Amino acid sequence: MSAHEDQPYYHAHHFHTMDQQNASLKLGMWAFLVQELLFFSGLFMAYISMRFFYPETFELVQHKNLLSIPWGATNTLVLLTSSLTMALAVRAAQMLPMVKNDEEKKIRKSLMNYLLVTCVFAGMFLVIKYVEYTHKIHDGLLPGKFYSYDAWKAQIEDNTFAGVVGEGGELIITEAPQIFFSVYFMMTGVHGLHVLIGVGVILWLYLRAKRGEFNRENFAAVENVGLYWHLVDLIWIFLFPLLYLVQ
Amino acid sequence: MSTSTTTVAGTEEHGSNYLNAKKGIMSWLITIDHKRIGVMYLAWILTFFLAGGLLAMAVRYELLDPQPTFGAEVYNKIFTLHGAIMVFLVLVPAIPASIGNFVLPLMLGAKDVAFPKLNLLSFYIYVLGSLFLIYTLVTNQLDTGWTFYTPYSARTSTAVISALTGAFILGFSSILTGLNFMVTVHMMRAPGMTWRKMPLFIWALYATSLIQLLATPVIAVTLFLLVFERMFGIGIFDPALGGDPVLFQHFFWFYSHPVVYVMVLPAFGVISETVTVHSRKHIFGYTAIAASTIAIAGVGFIVWGHHLFLSGQSELAGAIFSFITFGVAVPTAIKTCSWIATLYKGSVRWNTTMLYTLGFLWIFTIGGLTGLPLATLATDVHFHDTYFVVAHFHYVMMGGVLFALITAIHHWWPKMTGRMFSEKAGKTVFFFAFVTYNMTFAPQFVMGAQGMPRRYHEYLPQFEIWHQISSYASFGFGLSLVGVLFYLLYSLKNGEKSPQNPWGGVSMEWETATPPIEHNFEGQPICKNGPYDFPEIEVDPNAAAH
Repeated sequence: MSAHEDQPYYHAHHFHTMDQQNASLKLGMWAFLVQELLFFSGLFMAYISMRFFYPETFELVQHKNLLSIPWGATNTLVLLTSSLTMALAVRAAQMLPMVKNDEEKKIRKSLMNYLLVTCVFAGMFLVIKYVEYTHKIHDGLLPGKFYSYDAWKAQIEDNTFAGVVGEGGELIITEAPQIFFSVYFMMTGVHGLHVLIGVGVILWLYLRAKRGEFNRENFAAVENVGLYWHLVDLIWIFLFPLLYLVQ
Repeated sequence: MSTSTTTVAGTEEHGSNYLNAKKGIMSWLITIDHKRIGVMYLAWILTFFLAGGLLAMAVRYELLDPQPTFGAEVYNKIFTLHGAIMVFLVLVPAIPASIGNFVLPLMLGAKDVAFPKLNLLSFYIYVLGSLFLIYTLVTNQLDTGWTFYTPYSARTSTAVISALTGAFILGFSSILTGLNFMVTVHMMRAPGMTWRKMPLFIWALYATSLIQLLATPVIAVTLFLLVFERMFGIGIFDPALGGDPVLFQHFFWFYSHPVVYVMVLPAFGVISETVTVHSRKHIFGYTAIAASTIAIAGVGFIVWGHHLFLSGQSELAGAIFSFITFGVAVPTAIKTCSWIATLYKGSVRWNTTMLYTLGFLWIFTIGGLTGLPLATLATDVHFHDTYFVVAHFHYVMMGGVLFALITAIHHWWPKMTGRMFSEKAGKTVFFFAFVTYNMTFAPQFVMGAQGMPRRYHEYLPQFEIWHQISSYASFGFGLSLVGVLFYLLYSLKNGEKSPQNPWGGVSMEWETATPPIEHNFEGQPICKNGPYDFPEIEVDPNAAAH
């Protein structure tokens, strides 16, 4: 009864044309990214509020080099490069011929390689984050009630916050370091989770590419995952200066 | 006088419709048919409405007597769970997820929503979120109020984290549904259906989808931060840890104000449909209603501070939020006046659906108007945290959204089930429901104005008479809702078989079989007329355009 028999398997029956399908998928992906951005904006708002309340704390973290700028900068380069390889993967998918000939095999191989390299870079990012996190855990530079950095103790006695006071030139303003690290772990943690999810999704794309599922008419999945990956990269571009560089 | 304009009797030209096309429980559990998904949502939502309603009865039972019955701790849990279930599990998905899912593709002339599998995933995410709230109910419950204000919510020993996780997960269901509907409206309208030929219910669902997409992530991150405040003491909301409790309120209400528009805009959309079809008249002010829908969605994002008038925010902020809140009343009034103008000189059919529509107009007008003294700084100082607020939001939410849901269920019942319910039963129960509803909540305005605080389990003897009227009426109202359920379920087996177009509607959902076939339409329908162009209306070529 349906006029679907002549449609390829990747053309869903409720769409009339592939154009309509691809345009819908793209719009849906952009809408998803907008809401992701709003999710992160809540975390950025938290950063702004905490920085407004405790400016000295944020300054002192810089002074004492408690965050490693070299590692952070490396991570930034790693993610930017992974965005490049992801974009190249999308390009490769766009060029895949419809017919499964030798050229298709070559282009498919390059698509798979680009996807894999993106994953490798993402993996590097996560390894570096792991290294940074273990250092923090070792030093006791942890969020909230787990903070225990000996050289810079927070004072919370009897459920009363000891406050941020800067009188008589004393460095009593160091009493909110746990809040900086709360913000740091929240933001990089949520971002890292998105990187991890991204790795999983890109690996899934790799498997699909291996099976020969993509061609120049059917590559929306690669393109949309690319969009997601660029957003994840963009968020890090904001995180890095705000957390590591600003004084 | 109205007659059905259809000549096609019966429903199953093919002998099969979406209900019996595939059989067995698995065919429902893995369906990607938006109609089946809508029906499943409706069943879950009504189940939780029952749960939330029983909790409401418990609240009203406690308040029969000025002296404590259940006591403060238990009472805190009862009203909190009542609120959380009603807001997150019932009101937010009520119309969009159930009726919207069913009707939207049909009204657009599409075969399904843009992402059918995502639709099913949305449903399962909803179910998962609800399981967390059930877990909360059976373990340590929740006593923070549905608003989770800090620092209490960061310190209480009740099952806050599971409740927050449940709400977080439910938020995703809402986001994905909104995303799905938004793309469907953009991409899958039938040929010939321009934006200005869309039924107003679609405009309403579209605006709702925008809010769902943009506002829900903010509550998600807020609840997420609160979970970590409890688990790690991060120090963002609890002053003892260096945080700011008012920051929580800002974050919370930034979503929770727009969410009331997620609840009520689809209700408005339903009313636009029923007030036209059941008075056989073109909507008055189509463009004004469509534009005001988008305006409400937009302005709804910038009024959240009216929940924080007494939080210590600056007077300037209070004044600005108050002024903009007055502003959001304008598009709402435009709609209400347009609906009444639609009825004027129409062929009003006094059936159950129209009665509930009129009931909505009465109730929502009261609810909306009582928002104004709350938006006014000078009077809100006295009304904040009193029963005046409770009455206001129950009038707009319970009376507004729920009455509209009931209206929608009645209006599309033949389309969904292929059966007609008993009009006699419908009208009788309506009168009982309408009277008991008003008797439940009107006394609460009086009490609130006299100073009765909200969320209190015991009170001064002067309020006893009002509480008693309210409580007994609420028990009656509960019974009337059971009555509605009863005659609707009865019609499933014993109701008259519905003709294809029992109400003579001219929007596209009425062009297909009743109940619809699995693929909605045979081939691609073309949109030829506007959604309110009833054939017996003569268009004067010299008159101004609608």
